[in-house]
Amino acid sequence: MTEKNTPLWEVFIRSRTGMAHRHCGSVHAADEEMALQAARDVYTRRGEGVSIWVVPSSAIVASDPTEKDVMFEPTASKIYRHPTFYEIPEEVGNM
Amino acid sequence: MYTQALNARDASDERSEDAALLAAFQARVDAEEKIEPNDWMPEAYRKTLVRQISQHAHSEIVGMLPEGNWISRAPTLKRKAALLAKVQDEGGHGLYLYSAAETLGVSREELTEQLLSGKAKYSSIFNYPTLTWADIGAIGWLVDGAAIMNQIPLCRCSFGPYSRAMIRVCKEESFHQRQGYELLLEMCRSSEEQKAMVQDALNRWWWPSLMMFGPSDTDSKHSAQSMAWKIKRFTNDELRQKFVDATVPQAHYLGLTLPDPDLKFNEETGHWEYGEIDWEEFSRVVAGNGPCNRERLAARRKAWDEGAWVREAALAHAEKRRNRREAARIAAE
Ligand SMILES: [Fe+2]
Ligand SMILES: [Fe+2]
Repeated sequence: MTEKNTPLWEVFIRSRTGMAHRHCGSVHAADEEMALQAARDVYTRRGEGVSIWVVPSSAIVASDPTEKDVMFEPTASKIYRHPTFYEIPEEVGNM
Repeated sequence: MYTQALNARDASDERSEDAALLAAFQARVDAEEKIEPNDWMPEAYRKTLVRQISQHAHSEIVGMLPEGNWISRAPTLKRKAALLAKVQDEGGHGLYLYSAAETLGVSREELTEQLLSGKAKYSSIFNYPTLTWADIGAIGWLVDGAAIMNQIPLCRCSFGPYSRAMIRVCKEESFHQRQGYELLLEMCRSSEEQKAMVQDALNRWWWPSLMMFGPSDTDSKHSAQSMAWKIKRFTNDELRQKFVDATVPQAHYLGLTLPDPDLKFNEETGHWEYGEIDWEEFSRVVAGNGPCNRERLAARRKAWDEGAWVREAALAHAEKRRNRREAARIAAE
């Protein structure tokens, strides 16, 4: 095909007020305005959202899944980051 | 199903991949972990998924044509609105699926090209014509009903993006089947002539619907590997049987007769036994020689060609705006 490719956008939707935007898929569109319209038509036909973000897919920077262990291992050993690590006498009550 | 034409496996995939990686991959699949696009995966797994997801996407897109044929001739505003919404959903399903396929490194343009050139397959069912309004009901009831049978287990597919797309699709499918069945119920209750139209539609759509599940297990080349990879959870024949068992009583409720003289209920197994499927017809339609194959592809090509100026104009407009913004930024500095 000799035509230029239409850019890809990642779509994030806030399902209800108070919720975070969540990734739900992607759309192709020439510009940000059309990407928003396409995202509305493709991903919110039944009131699935109150707000949409579209982000050029090329702008996403992702961690490398093969480096997962190195990347996230340090947190596994730091059990003192969790409240249950600390002993509080029962008499003190809820804390 | 929507991917029934997954045929011969590629010999080049059998080349040796790191045994340790393969074992680790299979262990993740066995543990029901989802595989994500950037994770290591066997080349054959990637290829199978690209083929399956894109065939599924093409089926949704081509599937808009037989129903779109009746939008302007729906008998009431209510039915027209429902059909329009259903066809729009199918377009949406196609788009969810194309984006899932693209996560595996294939571009939308390549996928479109494969469909338009006739290289890619789509479900054989959409190569049958919609002759009367009752066909619209029959498609919702039978074709979407068969699709639901197939898609529910795909929600648990090992590939994350495919499984997530299927969850969205399944949430939307139930309305498709219900609007079709309700439409037929209304026709069957209205008059003998309308009921006869429904019977005629069932006669024509029943066997092609059973063929949607693909070749019988004895002839299905892909089942075992796809089951091991947890892309597939049930075999073609298992799904077909589930569909028959669910659908026969629904036909009886409408007061219709299924076009299968061999159909009988087996008290012992609790299943409906059905007659031999015409596999020659199936092969003919998959090979491109069904009643509407050429018409369907011609319609897709026409839509693509006639939309070319829109795609070009949108890109040119986007570029113009980008350049203006850029010029304004430089001027402001
Ligand atoms: Fe669909
Ligand atoms: Fe559907």
